[in-house]
Parts: sequence; structure tokens; C-alpha cells
Amino acid sequence: MLQVSVYRYNPETDSAPYMQEFQVDTQGRDVMVLDVLHMMKEQDNGLAYRRSCREGVCGSDGMNMNGKNGLACITPLSEVVKDNKLVLRPLPGLPVVRDLVVDMGLFYKQYERIQPYLQNDTPAPAIERLQSPEDRDKLDGLYECILCACCSTSCPSFWWNPDKFVGPAGLLQAYRFLADSRDEATRERLSELEDPFSVFRCRGIMNCVSVCPKGLNPTRAIGKIREMLLANAT
Amino acid sequence: MVTNITSFGRSGLSDWLIQRVSALILAVYTLFMVGYLLFNPGLDYAAWSGLFSATWMRIFSLLAFVSLAAHAWVGLWTVTTDYLKATALRLVVQVVIILAIFVFLVWGIQVLWGA
Repeated sequence: MLQVSVYRYNPETDSAPYMQEFQVDTQGRDVMVLDVLHMMKEQDNGLAYRRSCREGVCGSDGMNMNGKNGLACITPLSEVVKDNKLVLRPLPGLPVVRDLVVDMGLFYKQYERIQPYLQNDTPAPAIERLQSPEDRDKLDGLYECILCACCSTSCPSFWWNPDKFVGPAGLLQAYRFLADSRDEATRERLSELEDPFSVFRCRGIMNCVSVCPKGLNPTRAIGKIREMLLANAT
Repeated sequence: MVTNITSFGRSGLSDWLIQRVSALILAVYTLFMVGYLLFNPGLDYAAWSGLFSATWMRIFSLLAFVSLAAHAWVGLWTVTTDYLKATALRLVVQVVIILAIFVFLVWGIQVLWGA
């Protein structure tokens, strides 16, 4: 029997959050954490969590499992369970809507701020804007982000200043468009990022790299943005 | 664009560069002082005073003081914006830090050139 401890909070009925204990019979199989959540929901159908694709593509079930952020659907028990115990908490630093469901508003606001879309005022060609294979290669490791928020919510700089620091997820996407040969708004994008908070609040502790379920490297992208800002201003 | 008025260079990019350059200067100055003390075990007042009466040493020391002042301003400003959430408290602490840095810097110049 797996011992699972889950963060529970229903603002309509609970005055404060509390941890609820579950006993889950996984029949000795190394299932995913999301499967364990389904088994727990059969015991208590009031348990709230987000999930959709259940295969690490949609980014809905980001949560904190035994102290580390990740996607419940692609995290096998063998990877996180210690001493037969599993502690599940919502992503840290964001307001809790209920149980494991957090309000992603601040996270999306920072994403919106970096203007995550191609900006190019030249008339679009008949078919598509062409790009050399080399230029296309520059987007690898950037475009794969699924916006699960595991990285930004593991970042102390984002915890302290979620309204000003863009956060690793937003900055990875900021660089995705700065690095795109088809984008023409490079100068405007850079001028929005040179204040002491948006990019420079990153202290390079690399929690983002350590938790990213897609194996991406926001710290490297932030370093590239710094290089571009420096090249633009010196 | 996030605005700010109490940071050292008013720009994250400039603060970031200043932080790195001042760190290098402080590292070189520290290594020099440690090396000097190691290679002069029987240091007396005359030798110590002689070192600081040389113009190059005064310029080097002033450079280190200015670097320390800038480095402390950038670093402590960052700490206050991370941990002090009440605006009044944060502003007061920032002003106290900046004034203290100013006083220490002027005092340091007086010590360097006063003797």
C-alpha cells in the first residue's frame, strides 16, 4: 500500500489548507503519479486536479511531487517515491483555486507580455515565409515548451516578483522569437526586457532546467537574451 | 517595461554589467591585499603607510571602494526588492542603504588622502 499525502483546500468550506492521507493499492506496478491520483479520486471524488492528454503533451497536470515540480502523467512512482511515501502539493507560488488546481493568471500574464507571436510587417509571400535549415535549427530547444509552469513555479525569483520577473517559461519563449530569423521586432522586444526585473532578476540557480519535463534549458535562453541586450547596448 | 527609480543604474543591463565588472575589480584587489600580507610577514607601520602613500595604491584603493559601493548598492537593492514587500519599509531601507554607502565612500576617500 502506497502512502499518499495530498494538499487539500476548498476555499468554500475550509478555513485553511490541510494534508489528507490516502492508502493506495498499486498492486506493485510502477504506474504514473496521475494514475495514483485517479485511484485516489475513486476513494474521494471531491479531489480536484487538472489533467487532459495524460501523456506529457498538454501540460495540465504540473504539480509538486515529493518536493519537485513535474508532470504527474509522465512521472513514474519509481522516480519520486521514497520510503513508500508520496507527498503531492500544488505548484508553489501561485494562488490555489482548489486542492491541486492553481490560478495560472500571473504565469499567463507574463507569457502575454513577451508578445509570443511572430511580428513581421513585410507583406506575406504567396506560400510561406522561408527560413534556411540553419535558422530553423536555432528554434530547437525553444519551441517545444508546453507552458506547464513547472519551471516558473520552481523559481524563487518568480515567487518573490511574479508581477515583474517574466520567469523562465516566458523568457524561453521571448528568446524563441528573438532567435527567429523571420521576426522583425527584435529591437522592440529587447527594449521591453532591459529593466532590472524582467530578465535580470534571474540569478542562474537553474531550478528551471532541473524540473523541465521536456528537458529544455531556460537558463541558456536567458543567457542568450543577456548577450543580445549587451550587444545591442555597447 | 518595469520601471524603477532607486536602482543604481536605472537599467537591469547596466546594473548587471556594473555588478560583474566591480566584482572583478574587488577580486583583483582582494588577491593583491592577501598576496601583499603573505609576502610581508613582518609588516610594520612605516611599510604599511608607505604602501598607501603611493599614488597608484590610492587610485587602486579608491577604485576598489567605488566598486564596493556600486556592488553593494546593486546587490542590496535587489535583496530589498525581493524580500521587503511593504513599499514604505522598502523605500526607507533603500534610502538608508544608499546614504550609508555614500557616507562610507566619502569616509574612505578621507582615510586614503587624509594621512
